[in-house]
Amino acid sequence: MLILECPYCGVKAEETELSPGYEAHLKRFGPGSTPEEFEAYMFARKNPKGVHFERWRHTYGCGKWFLAARCTATLEVFGTYPAQVSEPPADIIAKIQARRPDWRPDWKDTK
Amino acid sequence: MSDPVSALNGASFQGFATIREIGPLGMITLRARGLKSLDKAIKAVTGTKVPAPRRIEIRGDHACGWMSPDEYLLMLPYAEVGEAMAKLAKALAGEHHLAVDVSDARAVFRIEGDKADQVLRKLMPVDFDRLEPGELRRSRAAQVAAAIWQQDQGFTLVCFRSVASYVMGLLTHSAQPGSEL
Ligand SMILES: [Zn+2]
Repeated sequence: MLILECPYCGVKAEETELSPGYEAHLKRFGPGSTPEEFEAYMFARKNPKGVHFERWRHTYGCGKWFLAARCTATLEVFGTYPAQVSEPPADIIAKIQARRPDWRPDWKDTK
Repeated sequence: MSDPVSALNGASFQGFATIREIGPLGMITLRARGLKSLDKAIKAVTGTKVPAPRRIEIRGDHACGWMSPDEYLLMLPYAEVGEAMAKLAKALAGEHHLAVDVSDARAVFRIEGDKADQVLRKLMPVDFDRLEPGELRRSRAAQVAAAIWQQDQGFTLVCFRSVASYVMGLLTHSAQPGSEL
């Protein structure tokens, strides 16, 4: 059972109180984008074995969307954080690297 | 005006705890965040201070619950809602907010007795050993959304009116004599 702490209300919510929102930090490509960009935005999703960033909604609680960093292989949760950011905050990255020293953010070199 | 009727007309059940549907109760959802007149507006309607996150402030038959970072639930006698809406509109005039009378959209239950917590422990994914007095916990009761808090030797539970009979069924079943934890 996955337990995530909602950063808005502080409840340690178990999975059945939450709704999944899949991959976090997607950049939207809308009108004016190329068909390839739009297709990637619509359909292409990461599927890592390991560190992953996800959106979750505290559906049965405060109703807010938040983000979570966790490991898809072990279900270890590194941390949760508010959704009003475009990439994971430094403290979350530090927590991940404390547990996964070899892991590197993959968005730094793609920008 | 027609008489207000609660969802289950005051249905009750006596098991190892007492289940009572109460109401109708006046309820106003107030969506607001960081307003300079929020303290004054809530004080004018419920007589309480603004609750801290996940808390409920109770004063007699008035209360104000924290529902989310930008939402409060104001509870008061049903007959006072009209006047309360006017007070809110006046106190918060010019400030971005939304206040809606949701009295008839909700059902309210009381779960009472020494073992009242056991009725809810079976239905909700909530750690009742860590639930503090004055804490308002939004979660689910089996398949539907519900909010609960401790009050007067028992619990008060609020859910949507449309699922009132489902929730009464849950509570009744959970409180069957002999099914204590
Ligand atoms: Zn929450």
